[in-house]
Amino acid sequence: MPGIATVYRWELAKLRYQKRTYLGLGAAMIVPILFVVAVHFRHDRRGGDFAFSSYLTRSGLAVPLVILLFGAVWMFPLITALVAGDIIASEDHNGTLKTILTRSLDRGQVFAGKTLAAATYAVVAILLNGTVAVIAGSIQSGFNSLQSLSGTIVSAPKALELVYVSLLVYLIPIAAIVCIGLLLSAVTRNSAAAVVGTLMVSLLIQLLGILPGLGGLQPYLLSTQFNAWQGLLRTPIDWAPIVRAAWVCALYGVPALGAAFLVFLRRDVAGG
Amino acid sequence: MTAGPVGSAAGDTEDPPVAVRGLSKHYGAIKAVDDVELTVNTGDVYGYLGPNGAGKTTSLRMMLGLIRPTTGSVRLFGRDPMQSVHALQGVAGFVEAPTFYPYLSGRRNLELLAAFDGDGAAGRIERALDTVELSERAGDRVGGYSHGMRQRLGIAAALLRDPKLLLLDEPATGLDPGGMRDMRVLIRRLADEGITVLLSSHMLAEVEEVCNRVAIVRSGKIVYEGAIAELKRDAGTTYRLETTDDQRALAVCHAQAGISDVRTERDRIHFTGDQQAVAELSQALIEAGALIRALTPQTVTLEDLFFSFTEGDGRQQAAHEPDESTRPAVESAR
Repeated sequence: MPGIATVYRWELAKLRYQKRTYLGLGAAMIVPILFVVAVHFRHDRRGGDFAFSSYLTRSGLAVPLVILLFGAVWMFPLITALVAGDIIASEDHNGTLKTILTRSLDRGQVFAGKTLAAATYAVVAILLNGTVAVIAGSIQSGFNSLQSLSGTIVSAPKALELVYVSLLVYLIPIAAIVCIGLLLSAVTRNSAAAVVGTLMVSLLIQLLGILPGLGGLQPYLLSTQFNAWQGLLRTPIDWAPIVRAAWVCALYGVPALGAAFLVFLRRDVAGG
Repeated sequence: MTAGPVGSAAGDTEDPPVAVRGLSKHYGAIKAVDDVELTVNTGDVYGYLGPNGAGKTTSLRMMLGLIRPTTGSVRLFGRDPMQSVHALQGVAGFVEAPTFYPYLSGRRNLELLAAFDGDGAAGRIERALDTVELSERAGDRVGGYSHGMRQRLGIAAALLRDPKLLLLDEPATGLDPGGMRDMRVLIRRLADEGITVLLSSHMLAEVEEVCNRVAIVRSGKIVYEGAIAELKRDAGTTYRLETTDDQRALAVCHAQAGISDVRTERDRIHFTGDQQAVAELSQALIEAGALIRALTPQTVTLEDLFFSFTEGDGRQQAAHEPDESTRPAVESAR
């Protein structure tokens, strides 16, 4: 019997044929390579004044963390939005939504399959980015130990483990971005508007934190949760930002996903 | 009427394939569909006729559960398509042009839709492609298909569901004459295989050739529903008359009971009447001294009737007043 798994499987199959999939995954792969090339040709070998900067030339394992630091609020949300913002809107625009909604699957199953596919794409993009960064960084600077944010030295295998756990923690706010992307995709019925809108939401939330008088909101902004992974790089591990990220992101993501579901469930499919 | 059991198969029920009652769809002040009532019975090839913008596609979208009615109901084999997608069991079709994923091949598109259908649909792909004569191009990407090929792929996609009811929105629109002929043949063949068909169209020759019943819709309202044969019969036959004294003949025609719509076109008298009235008119003309040179019946086409229902202020419609079996639909439109 067809079900959510059927939709999920075919959504992934469709992603394999679409240019935007490779645009996002290509960006996720090329950025660490360009970053490592830039590090290689940089004349000043002392590093900058940001976390792990001094280790960029000493351990390749610093590369994925620095990329996570700088790409957190815009690059990965954009890559995520490329699919999450498009996955409903493009079907609406092309008229294929009416084609699949007159088969034997109900709207809830179609929505769930699409949500899982968009989330899978985000996971693959971020893990791919981290893996390419580890490999490229290790080729450039070696597979060496790393200094944590607390100043302690972490062995290379342990640091590798922390890199991947950090990527997983980073996926918490990304899940909220997926939900917001799906909501905009369902509401706007316009792929470009949903993709750009998702990125704008991410950036605007970050702007809220720097407005005078709104500093108290900082711990509860979605943008702050993009840095929660840094708690793992402290000794001992600081779980507080990670736990906060889990519930704060749920506050952003669950209502957005619920609204997207209701819009998708109740909407008139009149276009295409 | 209540929705039937979710799992009941189409065709196993005594409910008609399509029963639409008081169906309306309003967009603000615009009434896209206004109090539509129609019934499609098993075996019908039913034409849903109307000019562009008359509300045909909106009606079909509601029948397929794609948009919610403002008021009224749709039942397909007794089931409500807005309640559950299971109401579409045994039902297939498309609204506007059938749409597919352009980056996938025709066969891959059908594989996707068959996966969404389940119930052995995948095993029907090759036969469906054969039926619409697309087997040779099934491996090509749909993005490279012509409009006609996409229409045929749309039919193939519908056949995957082994339908008992096909809902087709303007299936021949945009096709060249050969494609239109092929589509008519295909629809007729599917009907002969026992599939009930409801097709919307503004191509009257197509409808007249393949359909046995029609609803004519104007500005969202149905202005006629019934059999094409009845519609033609009710319209009466138009005759062209030439006599030795047309002025006197014209006066006789106006005075004769059962003769209506009397007019002069290109120095010829035209009128409408049944066979008995025409026989009595012949006698009256002879008695009045207007000898008949020619009395020629004119064929009334569906197109003539369609325009009489959908154009002007409706005055012509009165000349084609339907009989009691069709009167409710007409009265509801007024």
